[in-house]
Amino acid sequence: MSTPTATPTHSDDEFKAVPKSDRPLSPKAPDRESRPAGGSTRATASTDVAVAAPGGDTSKTPGPLHAVPHMSQDMLDAFGREMEAIRKKHLADRGERDATYIRSVIKAQRRLEIGGRALLEFAWVPPFWLAGVAALSASKILDNMEIGHNVMHGQYDWMQDDELNGRTFEWDTACPADQWRHSHNYMHHTHTNIVGKDRDIGYGILRMSPDQPWEPYFLGNLGYVSALALLFEYGVAVHDLETEELRTGTWDVRERLPMLKAIWDKVKGQALKDYVLFPLLAGPGAPATLTANVTANIVRNLWTFSIIFCGHFPDGVEEFTEEETADETRGGWYVRQLLGSANLTGGKLFHVMSGNLSFQIEHHLFPDIPAHRYAEISVDVKEACERYGLDYHSGPLPYQLFTVFRKIARLSVPTAAELQDYVDAPRTGRVGKVAVGVARTAAAGAKGAAGLIAGAVSSRRSTAAA
Amino acid sequence: MTASALPLILDRSAPGGSGSSASGSGAASPRRSGARRGGLAQRLLGTKVADALAGPHDVDHYLELLQPTWAVRRIRGEIVAVRHQNTDSVTLTLRPTGTWPGFRAGQHVEISVDVDGVRHRRSYSPSASAHPRTKEIELTVRRHPEGVVSRYLKEHATPGMFVGLSVPRGEDFVLPDPRPSRIVLISGGSGITPVLSMLRTLTDEGHDGPIAFLHYARSAADVLYAGDLERIAAAHPNVAVHVVTTRDAGPSATDAPFTDPADAPLAGSPDAPTPGPAAGARARLTGRFGREHLARVLPADADAAAFVCGPGALVEAVRSLWADEGLATPLRFEHFAPPVLPDLDPGQLGTVTFAGSGIAAEADGSTLLEQAEAAGLSPVNGCRMGICLTCKCTLNSGVVRDTLSGEIGGTPGEEIRICVSAPVGDVSVAL
Repeated sequence: MSTPTATPTHSDDEFKAVPKSDRPLSPKAPDRESRPAGGSTRATASTDVAVAAPGGDTSKTPGPLHAVPHMSQDMLDAFGREMEAIRKKHLADRGERDATYIRSVIKAQRRLEIGGRALLEFAWVPPFWLAGVAALSASKILDNMEIGHNVMHGQYDWMQDDELNGRTFEWDTACPADQWRHSHNYMHHTHTNIVGKDRDIGYGILRMSPDQPWEPYFLGNLGYVSALALLFEYGVAVHDLETEELRTGTWDVRERLPMLKAIWDKVKGQALKDYVLFPLLAGPGAPATLTANVTANIVRNLWTFSIIFCGHFPDGVEEFTEEETADETRGGWYVRQLLGSANLTGGKLFHVMSGNLSFQIEHHLFPDIPAHRYAEISVDVKEACERYGLDYHSGPLPYQLFTVFRKIARLSVPTAAELQDYVDAPRTGRVGKVAVGVARTAAAGAKGAAGLIAGAVSSRRSTAAA
Repeated sequence: MTASALPLILDRSAPGGSGSSASGSGAASPRRSGARRGGLAQRLLGTKVADALAGPHDVDHYLELLQPTWAVRRIRGEIVAVRHQNTDSVTLTLRPTGTWPGFRAGQHVEISVDVDGVRHRRSYSPSASAHPRTKEIELTVRRHPEGVVSRYLKEHATPGMFVGLSVPRGEDFVLPDPRPSRIVLISGGSGITPVLSMLRTLTDEGHDGPIAFLHYARSAADVLYAGDLERIAAAHPNVAVHVVTTRDAGPSATDAPFTDPADAPLAGSPDAPTPGPAAGARARLTGRFGREHLARVLPADADAAAFVCGPGALVEAVRSLWADEGLATPLRFEHFAPPVLPDLDPGQLGTVTFAGSGIAAEADGSTLLEQAEAAGLSPVNGCRMGICLTCKCTLNSGVVRDTLSGEIGGTPGEEIRICVSAPVGDVSVAL
């Protein structure tokens, strides 16, 4: 690859000190929209190097990331090279061990699913209902996380097995895999935690960062998040539709018809299987089978929601701006992935059931390395973090989840300054200004109930739209 | 023929070695009948309802775990017998799932085998009879020193293992319908497999026209199916088998036990060839393929068909003689040799072909994605840094360098991330 962005054209000389030593590393790609047609390299590249080079010692120049002012661009890139070395080591080592692992997980998932489905044909016997729900939930969780999510990252593409091909894998959830590959693999993993670009920040319906301007809609934050947790598979399914544009009135349904059609087909197939065919097979026991299948899907939704929200939103995890990442190098990208993610601590089974997304940091650093290796990779990453003075966030699931909800609750209410910003915003109409006046006097307690209702309505509406 | 290792596929005859494969498969078929396509359970599993229940995965995804001998769409084969004909080859008998459609003699099939976690696919020509009576597939795989699959099968194939199978492929190198009366089969080395399949198919069909089988091997020890050829020749007076060893020094070495008996019926048969200039009718053939050999196997150039399969040199020798003599007999041929991968310098530039759009460009050292864009194409892409996989597309031929790791790799049919792949030498991608 040529090195189009190794030498950023930046007006501020301080931020321009990208050393030549970084050139062998692949640069952070320019955004799809802003990339010049034809993807040509910048003509000015060489002159920029010439300007930057006389600066001499670049190691003392602060790097672009506000979260780590002690990291110069040189340090960012040196860290990036260390990560690159870890990546290479594990890529070269892939083999039988990884194949055996993923095949055994698949085998376990199939056994759980077949066993769960069989038990649930007799779901009217309460112990069978319970055991069946447990087995089916576990099966769906394994399918979605350790298998689906990781396979779709291409972690097992090297095996050349059509069933484990990241580009064609389809999973047991409402979201069509193709849309996930765009919204997650590209949008989220490339723009991780850049407010305004990473649509996983709040999934377009929540206020997850103080950098998102407050508006009254966000009073319902807690309600929306509760609904999202329960219906997470549908939230993920409509994620790529960018429904947040509904609120600004810029959402164009015609342009999204093909996506809606794909979602509808996928949701239909899932519902037919879980809510019609398997219950019908149970004959008179159909209602019990139906409730069991609904429960299993909800269990899976709550679990995947919890793991995923603890990946980027607990306290301490950094967010980034488009400005500070505009001319990011591969080294900067690695540091951003590290600072923008948080791990979960737990036992081996916990890691498997979370699809090893409990190693969210390692996953974001090395999204295409088989996830069961993250545990051993984390040792090297932590050691490097200590040397570079970088924070390595991790904590147990209950506490991390608590901090996530605390953040969601806090951000639903504006600070005085945020409220003033909202009132001053040119887009705020008279109704909004009056409402703020009313809201300033109204009890904050109303927000929970209103939010719940609004959340339920809005998610139902989006599901119906799908 | 796309075989990259040198394995041959053989038909398997009965373990006792008695005659054609028909007897072996006949004995096995009752056991297998439960797994054949006709079973009610399997028919139910092939329905749309079963698909909906298994969705979004397919039914075979579950069958593989529960009942691997069943399949509704995919084709698998269970290895039921492993025979080591010599130190260099292994002969596998596969019992296919009911989804196996059968094959025509001369076709090849792609088998997939997992070695060190990676699924490898190789094409081999079945060597057993294609007659519907023969239910099993026999493949002979010759071990190649650097062949991942052939070495693995030679060392690790055991009964009970499953391999993936493709549908049979190849429409040119097959016996024509209706069969011409006179058939000439020429093979060299591992190229024996498809023509042996033809021979066995013809004898199973009761073909009564003269069949000449001319096989070249380096030495007597290299000759595969020696016993089978001998038995076929003994049982069918219309079949003449000539086995020629090209590297054995003295006549004693060439006098492999099978050679004489194989030639004997020929000499005594009514179809005895016209004597060559330097040898009597009973003389064994020696040396490499030439006019004299051809005269022995194709004395009359009418109502005949000829097939040759083997190393490039043999195929070319046969083809050029055919052209020189202006023979009317149609000749079909198949090369049976591993592809030669040129040793490329990582920085070597060649031509990049975007096969889907018919555009070719000189490589300039940038990635395939950048080159495609420079050529006016707009391949789908995302991160442009190798993490999101949006830009993956199929590599048709050639090798690429991973711009992140510097590694050179790529096999035809592999999907590559074009944003981090630079072409090395001539490359073709499906864009």
